[in-house]
Amino acid sequence: MSRHLAAVLGTGQTQHTTKRTDVSMAGLCREAIDRAMADAGLDWPDIDAVVLGKAPDLFEGVMMPELALADALGAPGKPLLRVHTAGSVGGSTANVAASLVQSGVHRRVLAVAFEKQSESNAMWALSIAPPFSMPVGAGAGGYFAPHVRSYIRRSDAPEHIGALVAVKDRRNGALNPYAHLRQADISFESVRSSAMLWDPIRYDETCPSSDGACAIVLGDEPTGDAARNPVAWIRATAMRTEPTTFAGRDQVNPQAGRDAAAALWRQAGITDPYTEIDAAELYVPFSWFEPMWLENVGFADVGHGWKLTESGETEIGGQLPVNPSGGVLSSNPIGASGLLRFAEAAMQVMGRAGEHQVDGARTALGHAYGGGSQYFSMWVVSSTKEW
Amino acid sequence: MTATSSASIGSAPLRAPLDIGFDYTRSLGPLLSEFMTGLAARRIHGVRGSDGRVHVPPVEYDPVTAEALTELVPVAAEGTVLSWAWNPEPLDGQPLSSPFAWIFVRLDGADTAMLHALRVESSEQVRTGMRVRVCWAERPVGHITDIACFEPANGPASEQPAAEPGEPVTMMTAPVHLRYQHSVSAEESRYLRGLAEGRLLGQRCPVCGKVYIPPRGACPTDGVPTEGEVELPDRGVITTFCIVNVPFLGQRITPPYVAAYVLLDGADIAFLHLVLGCDAEDVRMGMRVKAAWRPREEWDTTLRNIDHFEPSGEPDAPFDSYAQHL
Amino acid sequence: MPGQDIAVVGFAQSPNVRSSEATTNGVEMLVPIFHELLASTGLSKEDIGFWCSGSSDYLAGRAFSFIAAVDAIGAFPPINESHVEADAAWALYEAWVKIRTGEVDTALVYGFGKSSAGQLRRVLALQLDPYTVAPLWPDSVGVAGLQARLGIEAGSWSEREMAEVAARSRAAALDNPHAQLSGVVDVEQLLAAPYLADPLRAHDCAPITDGASAIVLASGERASQLCERPAWITGFEHRIDSANLGARDLTTSPSTSGAGRAALNGKSGVDVAELHAPFSHQEIVLRQALQFGEQVRVNPSGGALCGNPMFSAGLERIGHAASQVHSGSAGRVLAHATSGPALQQNLVCVMEGSDS
Repeated sequence: MSRHLAAVLGTGQTQHTTKRTDVSMAGLCREAIDRAMADAGLDWPDIDAVVLGKAPDLFEGVMMPELALADALGAPGKPLLRVHTAGSVGGSTANVAASLVQSGVHRRVLAVAFEKQSESNAMWALSIAPPFSMPVGAGAGGYFAPHVRSYIRRSDAPEHIGALVAVKDRRNGALNPYAHLRQADISFESVRSSAMLWDPIRYDETCPSSDGACAIVLGDEPTGDAARNPVAWIRATAMRTEPTTFAGRDQVNPQAGRDAAAALWRQAGITDPYTEIDAAELYVPFSWFEPMWLENVGFADVGHGWKLTESGETEIGGQLPVNPSGGVLSSNPIGASGLLRFAEAAMQVMGRAGEHQVDGARTALGHAYGGGSQYFSMWVVSSTKEW
Repeated sequence: MTATSSASIGSAPLRAPLDIGFDYTRSLGPLLSEFMTGLAARRIHGVRGSDGRVHVPPVEYDPVTAEALTELVPVAAEGTVLSWAWNPEPLDGQPLSSPFAWIFVRLDGADTAMLHALRVESSEQVRTGMRVRVCWAERPVGHITDIACFEPANGPASEQPAAEPGEPVTMMTAPVHLRYQHSVSAEESRYLRGLAEGRLLGQRCPVCGKVYIPPRGACPTDGVPTEGEVELPDRGVITTFCIVNVPFLGQRITPPYVAAYVLLDGADIAFLHLVLGCDAEDVRMGMRVKAAWRPREEWDTTLRNIDHFEPSGEPDAPFDSYAQHL
Repeated sequence: MPGQDIAVVGFAQSPNVRSSEATTNGVEMLVPIFHELLASTGLSKEDIGFWCSGSSDYLAGRAFSFIAAVDAIGAFPPINESHVEADAAWALYEAWVKIRTGEVDTALVYGFGKSSAGQLRRVLALQLDPYTVAPLWPDSVGVAGLQARLGIEAGSWSEREMAEVAARSRAAALDNPHAQLSGVVDVEQLLAAPYLADPLRAHDCAPITDGASAIVLASGERASQLCERPAWITGFEHRIDSANLGARDLTTSPSTSGAGRAALNGKSGVDVAELHAPFSHQEIVLRQALQFGEQVRVNPSGGALCGNPMFSAGLERIGHAASQVHSGSAGRVLAHATSGPALQQNLVCVMEGSDS
């Protein structure tokens, strides 16, 4: 058994916004799928299998929605897998789809991820308090803010770093026609004067709540070779998990993320990610997670991630552009957010990222995490087969 | 969502009802919107599939070719039963509250069957092949339940004429209310019963020796249940925290307030709790805190018995003493 | 042939029970079976290359209910892991694919569910079309009843044949210490019982079951080291049918036929089959879809009619079928898992001993 080559043939995503009340869940998925199929130059009979990823079923009030969506996903008569690994699910969906090709089981696979948050209220679904528990009541920001404070303390980061990330990502989002938030005029001062929601996290440093979907079409080596447009070759994939809480857990720089990255770089044959990666799409739902993940995945030494951010090297045009698409800070359809990172990484090396294209990007990272910073999935894609 | 008050008796795992409910708001998209708009006017539409079949209710994507379907076709409000199953004890939310038959009904003009409810007195009155017709809801709104149910087509029809379609229906509500019985592990039950007596009972993992509070059905690093009893004091150190400035539904304290990880002395894991009793601005990592318990008569099997933590006045703990808990 | 190098080398399950004291996160059911499984294969958790699980948030009544289950593993140092919101048979498929990439050579797959926590047949209505069907809350027994009558009236099966399936299953389950229901029952007696939901009687419907199970997969030589008689997977396929119930011929199961054909790949002569049929008539649908002759022993474990732990019952079928190979009592076995209303989604796993 050995790994076969797999490539991203095409990507597609929806217009992301707070409420996509113009479409059903099926329609939302198909907006992304139809674009991905067109980008790949394929049609339904070409697809061997479908993988669907989505965060909790309670968000839409549909149990295993892939069942009801089977027809919209073109799945009848084909294999359909449903992946759910919390917030990292979009990334896991891509990795599982990749494994279907890398294993030699299938030749062409469609991967789809979506979230229609406006069907309910994610804050509600995530804050259902089981009996006997004592909810402190703070929401997702309240969960992550204490760990951001720990990071600031441990790394001695100046407190304005978070605002730098927010400005960069929102301005990048303005270059992305599909982004939910497109704020070309955002400024360091406006972020710094936005409301402090979960001290130390400000309003403008948090992700929006979005409806949206993303789809990618993967193919095997002959299909990738024959493709008319450039493809993104999948160079490595990795996933790691650790428990939500345990004695002595490092919640700032989780071992699972470090292990996933180490496995990823090893598999990709990358020894110096900072210089060898041309663009990175990191899952950054709160601005401070950029420096935290820069350290966690090995772009910077522990305690130095914020210096990289501060230096401007993570902007488009820098040594390591991070989230040229605008990232999760600009669009957050939860279940799709991870797949968007993976798709955007592919778009960069395919040269199809439009206005947010990083010049000459040949190798890119897609990254997602979920749960209490405990689920990690990542991939590296390249513009060529030889690396 | 409250814990049972009799819970402190006995040693079986604690259990209590968990009700979850949300009225989901579904946007319909163009095709289902037209279908629901039709229902509001007591008109039923199917959609023509790629193979010519008329699907009722309409489906947005063809089951064979996956292509988007758009051609709506009016069908009759009367049809033929293709199959049925008796439902002797209707559940919450089902179309009828007294016993009824689930039916697959093919409406005249349609090629596929629709699943709905047939109102009859007993299962004796149902047979495959019987003719049935729609009973419309008194005030249709553009929802599948505008078809209140079906009834046998042999009796006199009630006066429920179709109307001209009104304003387009683009959204529907789908209430999902479910009831569960939630239980906690034997290990956590012991801790919760301790709380009801004002005690903080942790347990130790027999493999790694770490003290967990609450105790665990499985130590997260060793996969074995925690054991024994380690009584912990009601004071400790704030490892890290945030200041909550966001108002939200059901909040019990007016922001700003502090949500902090509190590491009890002797414990190897911190838990999230509230810190009050000082200005939020004065809370620090490393600050020593003690529990402020609610009045004893309010105690139950929950950590809510500790209303909050507050500064103990002791000197701050050095960073190194809790750095491995961040 | 592809995939021949991967085998089921271990299986463990919790007892199938009507109501467990365990939590909905599965930990209490999983801890003992992980210990049993690792002990029986001589593996430690660090030896496992990949972990994959199947479970459902709606069974537990809350979001992210599967997250705490990894505590039962003791998932630190971190593990290579994934999860499907489906029966763990599909998690096994994901793990089998993972091993085939060559990245890992072992995987531990588990599924768990506490069906008794909620009102199962009502919860399952949420699998139906969310716009035009689910708002009517058609319960899973009602939907199965509609399917059963279609077959009865088409002459595809009879109420007597359905009762015969139930009686055979209960009798077979006498040999399965983990079964929830078992016993010698008389078909006439079963048919004399009142309907639960005409045309279904109680014996036609799987009981409500809490449970968990787990399987270890290994490839190549590793498999032979871990197990005296590995159950080599020679075909592993799954398919789904349209969600449009009224447009499907519910007396057949094209997805089962398609998966079975592909998994058997021209081979005939299955000795034993474990079919995941939560309703008696569905076993008949499946046997017909798989074109079984009389010689196939179906559900020696008693099948789902004697215990149907949601989200692990399909994996359990694969485990029971593999056990027949492990014990040497069967050469080629077929296991099946289903998911969704009225057999919408189906998976077939064919396994063989080394000498078949």
